[in-house]
Amino acid sequence: MKLDPLLQPESLAVVGISLSNPFNPANVIYHKNNLRYDARTYCVNPRGGTLFGDPVYKSISQVPGKIDCAVLSIRADLVPAAIEECIENEVGGAIIISGGFAETGRIDLQNQVAALAHEHNFPVIGPNCLGIFSPPSIDTFFLPSERLVTPRKGNVALLSQSGGILVDMMIKLTQEGVGISRTVSIGNKAVIDEIDLLFYLDSDPKTSVIGLYLEGFSEGRGRDFVTFMEQASRPVVLLKAGKTPGGSRAVSSHTASIAGDYPVFREVIRQSGALEAQNEAEFVSYCESLSCCKETTAERVCIITASGGHGAMASDGCFNAGIEVAQIPEDDIQELQPQLSKSVQAIASLNNPIDLTGSAGDNDFYTATRFFLEKDYVDAVILLLLPYLPAISTDIGARIASVAMQYNKPVITYMPHVDRYVMFIEGFESNGLAVAHSVEGAVHMVRAMNRRRS
Amino acid sequence: MKKRIQELLERARNVGWMMEPDARELLKLYNLPVTMFHWVHTREDALKAAADIGYPVVTKIVSPKIMHKSDAGGVRVGISNDEELSRAYDDLSRLVGFDGIIVDQMARGTELIVGAKHDPQFGMVVLTGIGGTAVEIYKDVAIRMAPFSNDTAREALSSLTGSSLLTGYRGGEAVNMEKLVHLMVHFSELAVDLEKNIESIDLNPVMCNAKDALIADARILLKEVQHT
Repeated sequence: MKLDPLLQPESLAVVGISLSNPFNPANVIYHKNNLRYDARTYCVNPRGGTLFGDPVYKSISQVPGKIDCAVLSIRADLVPAAIEECIENEVGGAIIISGGFAETGRIDLQNQVAALAHEHNFPVIGPNCLGIFSPPSIDTFFLPSERLVTPRKGNVALLSQSGGILVDMMIKLTQEGVGISRTVSIGNKAVIDEIDLLFYLDSDPKTSVIGLYLEGFSEGRGRDFVTFMEQASRPVVLLKAGKTPGGSRAVSSHTASIAGDYPVFREVIRQSGALEAQNEAEFVSYCESLSCCKETTAERVCIITASGGHGAMASDGCFNAGIEVAQIPEDDIQELQPQLSKSVQAIASLNNPIDLTGSAGDNDFYTATRFFLEKDYVDAVILLLLPYLPAISTDIGARIASVAMQYNKPVITYMPHVDRYVMFIEGFESNGLAVAHSVEGAVHMVRAMNRRRS
Repeated sequence: MKKRIQELLERARNVGWMMEPDARELLKLYNLPVTMFHWVHTREDALKAAADIGYPVVTKIVSPKIMHKSDAGGVRVGISNDEELSRAYDDLSRLVGFDGIIVDQMARGTELIVGAKHDPQFGMVVLTGIGGTAVEIYKDVAIRMAPFSNDTAREALSSLTGSSLLTGYRGGEAVNMEKLVHLMVHFSELAVDLEKNIESIDLNPVMCNAKDALIADARILLKEVQHT
């Protein structure tokens, strides 16, 4: 099935507009797209008339011109007929926002939609979903724009079985300065599911990392996911919910009792090369890190820190994550020392972790970072920066970014995230470097680069 | 599928699981190595079987009413002479649903569990782990989608926390890796072949030593037949 009409439509019909209730989801979707997005937008209600001066069409067939994407926000029992109408009028695909299908026991209604779609090779997203956010073409989320943060333009695509989690992740990625290419809320995935969209996004020039929130694959689709991963060119980060068994059943075989649904999932996903995040924070860290440095591995790191405690914590984190803290040759220590500022030379500890101490300033961090990025025995630098230290300035992000670019090796920075330090953080993020909220988060980011590759 | 395999499956379907002699026969049809055994129905035949296998032997109840043989007191290990064997036979013959006993070679080595089950998302998967009674406590297992190659089998074994037990830890005997890998790969093929019929299989224990990897017991649970 062709997904372009859904993800990059030139025209959009919103079916189910209300003539009396401005908070109706269809109205929010219509106005949002009409005012802010590129797709030519029409609204449909059987009663016709006008909405703020725009014509309301009585049916899909009455809309002048070709419709790429129809957004259906109507009662569930009216959906099959609307899908038929879309197919008759050669609409490119449909997004069913409405709930009231399998999730409320109306599997029959959902099957009816699926059968129609498959028979006519007609792509359908949903039902029971928020639909698609794919700027600059469309945004079918029925959430008023002023209530949301505005996502940054970028290369992370998100797919989610839950609309709520999807919006949360978009907010969190935006807060971390991570840009988004497209996101799809797949809802009940009656027709198009995460696997179809993974194939689409894997060849999307705007996307270089794919994040997936999943409760579970449909029957047998887990195997298709593994097949997808075998040829995927983009890294996939995955967050799963529903890991704990809902109820205990008596199982009389060891295999069945040990290899529960989640243990199987975890093992197979790890083998597939996808990266499973254990929680939302990890998910965001992984997406951020891979969006900055997608093609590298970071098996041996150099930790550069302003505090011994932070260095020790990062060291422990690396050890537990199977990341090597590189051994620094004595000659190199001797060579680096005189390049540091006088006050630091005497007190710095130059065995990895490199503790430049609280006396260190921008120049010391810049010098040490450049020194180690140049070395073959270092794949990446973890920089633990404390912006409250007197000799550190807001220029540091831009300076470190310039040297990271020069050597094309990842530099992951930790900095405490409070409003006061926003300028420090943005100095890194706006120059394409990932910044973690915690020392542990910085280690996660490095770990993400070392996922298994097939 | 071979006719004999279908017969074995059909017979097991009536009870929901496959009795050990049939399970062993099924495994042999797939070229999987099982310990040397005889299924006997008289004391005399039991003694002959032991003479053929050589002491020590293990005896196990065969009964359609007893799936968990150990729990029902239906297993005797370390039987080392005719007298003990006769007594074991008499004891086991009093258990419910008695349909003879298995006289089994007493294999030694590291105990592994190799199992298969149908997963709703990923289809047939094979589990390999360090076995013994604590398997459910430590859960030191690797799970891979079936079927798989020799390389995947080796990788799965090396991913176990206890993998050094297999390669010879502190002077311990290393297991015959080639035979173990061979067993796992063939088993993964069996799992896929029988996907439609089988809910889960436990090969537990698989006894591994320097010479051999032998299946010493097998539990095969069948899928419930859909009554339409």
